Amino acid sequence: MTKVLTEHWDQPRLHELETYRRLGGYEALKKVLGMDRAQLIDEAKKSNLRGLGGAGFATSLKWSTVTPEEKNPGPRYVVVNCDESEPGCFKDRVLATRNPHQLIEGLLIAACAIDAKQNFIFIRGEYQIQYEILEKALAEARGAGIIKPPVSIDLMRGAGAYMSGLDTALLETMEGKKAWPRQPPPFPTASGLMGRPTVVNNVETLCMVPSIVLRGGEWFAKLGTAKSGGTALFSVSGHVEKPGVYEFAMGTPLREILAAAGGVKGGRKLKAVIPGGVSTPVLTADELDTPMDWDGPRAQGSFLGAGGVIVLDETTDMVMVAHNIERFLAHESCGQCTPCRQGSYWYVRILERALDGGGVAADLDTLRRTGEDMTGKVICALGDTVGLVTRAMMKKFSNDFKAKFHGEPPHG
Amino acid sequence: MAKTIKFTLDGRVIEAREGETVLQAATRLGLLIPHYCWHPALGNPGNCRMCNVEVEGAPKALVSCRLYPKEGMVARSAAPAPRRWQSAALEFHLVDHPLDCPVCDQSGECGLQDYYMNSIGRYRSSMRDNKWHMGKRMVLGPHIMLDQERCIMCTRCTRFVDLISKSHELGIFGRGHSQVIDLVPGRVLDNPYSGCVADVCPVGALTDRDFRFQVRVWYLDWTDSICPGCSRGCNISAHTSTRRPWQNKGLRLARVKPRYKPEVNGHWICDEGRYGFLNYDSDRLGKVMRLKPSAEELSWEAAAAEVSSALRRKPAEGLAVMASGRLSNEDWQAFQKLFLEKLNVRRFLFAPEPDQVGAEDELLRRRDKAPNLEGGKAVGFGTRIASMSWDSLAADIEAGKVWGLYAVDRDPVKVWDQRGHELLERLDLLVYQGPRKGLTGELAHYRLPATDWLEEKGHFTNFQGLVQPYRQALKPLGAAKPDWAIFEGLAARL
Repeated sequence: MTKVLTEHWDQPRLHELETYRRLGGYEALKKVLGMDRAQLIDEAKKSNLRGLGGAGFATSLKWSTVTPEEKNPGPRYVVVNCDESEPGCFKDRVLATRNPHQLIEGLLIAACAIDAKQNFIFIRGEYQIQYEILEKALAEARGAGIIKPPVSIDLMRGAGAYMSGLDTALLETMEGKKAWPRQPPPFPTASGLMGRPTVVNNVETLCMVPSIVLRGGEWFAKLGTAKSGGTALFSVSGHVEKPGVYEFAMGTPLREILAAAGGVKGGRKLKAVIPGGVSTPVLTADELDTPMDWDGPRAQGSFLGAGGVIVLDETTDMVMVAHNIERFLAHESCGQCTPCRQGSYWYVRILERALDGGGVAADLDTLRRTGEDMTGKVICALGDTVGLVTRAMMKKFSNDFKAKFHGEPPHG
Repeated sequence: MAKTIKFTLDGRVIEAREGETVLQAATRLGLLIPHYCWHPALGNPGNCRMCNVEVEGAPKALVSCRLYPKEGMVARSAAPAPRRWQSAALEFHLVDHPLDCPVCDQSGECGLQDYYMNSIGRYRSSMRDNKWHMGKRMVLGPHIMLDQERCIMCTRCTRFVDLISKSHELGIFGRGHSQVIDLVPGRVLDNPYSGCVADVCPVGALTDRDFRFQVRVWYLDWTDSICPGCSRGCNISAHTSTRRPWQNKGLRLARVKPRYKPEVNGHWICDEGRYGFLNYDSDRLGKVMRLKPSAEELSWEAAAAEVSSALRRKPAEGLAVMASGRLSNEDWQAFQKLFLEKLNVRRFLFAPEPDQVGAEDELLRRRDKAPNLEGGKAVGFGTRIASMSWDSLAADIEAGKVWGLYAVDRDPVKVWDQRGHELLERLDLLVYQGPRKGLTGELAHYRLPATDWLEEKGHFTNFQGLVQPYRQALKPLGAAKPDWAIFEGLAARL
């Protein structure tokens, strides 16, 4: 299978400029300097590359919606979203550790695509080592004249809010405010950082870009399925023998990914798989043939997300899983819109009471109804997720829930 | 004619003005879509999620505060689905709300109560768990009290201090369900407009400290009035408590609230206006009195006869008249007729008292703290006729050029201090007319009780030249009469 990102991961000192160059690094950037903007975006369009941060928005479309400098004079920015906070996802962290120059090259190409001069990498505060590696790589690239004025790349560190991983909340954070998502329209490509057109791209997305430029969009598109181009990284964790980051072509069945990770730990039976990080609804052991591309998990009521595959074996109690996830989401809810702020913590209280043995049958209705009342009625996806995650578990693992929620409330 | 966009809301065709949201257009036409966070002057962050509507062709609920209508769009706010969304949003607002309506001052004018009782309440609670507790009765500043548990996080107050007062005392702290509104460390909510945050708060989170536990809002009467605190002439609503006289510390004026007037004060009033008149009922005059040479309570007829003859006793050149910018346009008319036409007085003083000149800012407050000097100009005072200064009048009295003084709601003793006593003792005639006794009221030969602005109706002309009516909210105290009626009673005898 063709590897795009992990190809050179076994090379020692890949994070250094010299190694990266020896393996063909920064050739794509040279090629791009000879292309015009339209050509570059066209190549990205042919590649069928979609945002690998979880939203799956066509990268070429995002780039092309930035109005050209002639029509909207003034600065525009590319911001790399390296605020990888989704429990179950750790691909960006490995990308930044192993191959920081690939990210820098991808970022510089994206900057060419929208004529951006000032660019930023927003990295979560907890990624200390990755921050140091990127800082060093940027210094190398500056020293070698790869990043030269007027082009600049600055690193910015988050302060530990999950919400900052959402593009508009990330921009708010960069402006020094609370990580409260903005409510589009306007979208960041029209009015983003400091009110200027801004492209926010995920680390993995940008790391794909140099290969697309070098080998062509069509080559990349062919690696994946008709609607989802190329490959993707899957962070496999949980009850598996060999947890880690695996690269697979888009559309690879979940079963194959599981097998590559060595199967369920200790030979136990599989119970469930969360396909894309904790905020994606759960899949059952019967749904292992789901093709992992943008449409596959969607058919099962879930999402590809950011490829954080969490494997849960037969010993797992899904109420505990739901409680764990909801507690995280409630803790990270930014508190801007009411349904999510109040609903997420309401969920936690109900699930917590059930784990303490106080669940009643009527609570299941409350969970279902308030979940419906949150999903689609909030500003960002976190509020949607709160309802979706638990409701999917209630539907697919109703026995676990019936065991914890039964009987009448003590006081009616 | 500006472009309009026609769309349908709940079966009714609505013409939205350009740039108007669905919620704005509906609200303008008096159609109720529940909302908290949107305030016409504070923007539409769209975080309360109350104003959900259903739009044909849209895959999900849309908040009408951020929905710009398109030609021919069909939206529903009162259909079963949007009503369910709205009531769900209200339920979320109430999950951690303490439901302490019986002891909450907002009761009766609370956004939560209004929507719950009128349209979208769920009545059967499915909340079986403990509520999250936060700060109670937190003093934010001289006027405002915060209850974080009642707060619904609409962020109107923080937007007010950021956008309108630009004083930035309030912030949002924490995250998620434990998020609170609080003071920025080291700050106190003390700006000239701090009271407005209680107005914009749709619930009982921010309340007026001085209104706390005084009177239930449903026992108040609302009267459209004009603030007499400065020449801005802010439109206000005077909330009076007369139905239960033992409440509100026995005071008749319970509170002052702003009334929307875009070209004058928008949605706001300053704290000076809001809290400056709460002593309205103190030091009031209710009896027509002759104090010198012998003290006696008079009827209005007797007083008019005595005062009018006293005013004519000596030549008009020696008569001085003081008037205040508190007079309404009607008062100024009668004033002009009495003192200019009938008595031919030459010495007038209507310059402000030193404490009637105060702070000014770009938002509302004006330097000139008298509400209606403009109204005087319309009948010549300040245009044809110049005002004496306080010093020149004092000098004239000292020099014996003035034998009589008629003070209308003016307190020369306050201005001249100890010297004022000596000066006024020299006069053959001192008539004092006003709603409050002040310091001069004790020294007068005749003391005539006048109504104050809430007890009469009239008009003020503000600094923009706008003539604005104010209505009668309270009954006059005792025998008090409007100033114009007193002037006319005297004029009729001359």
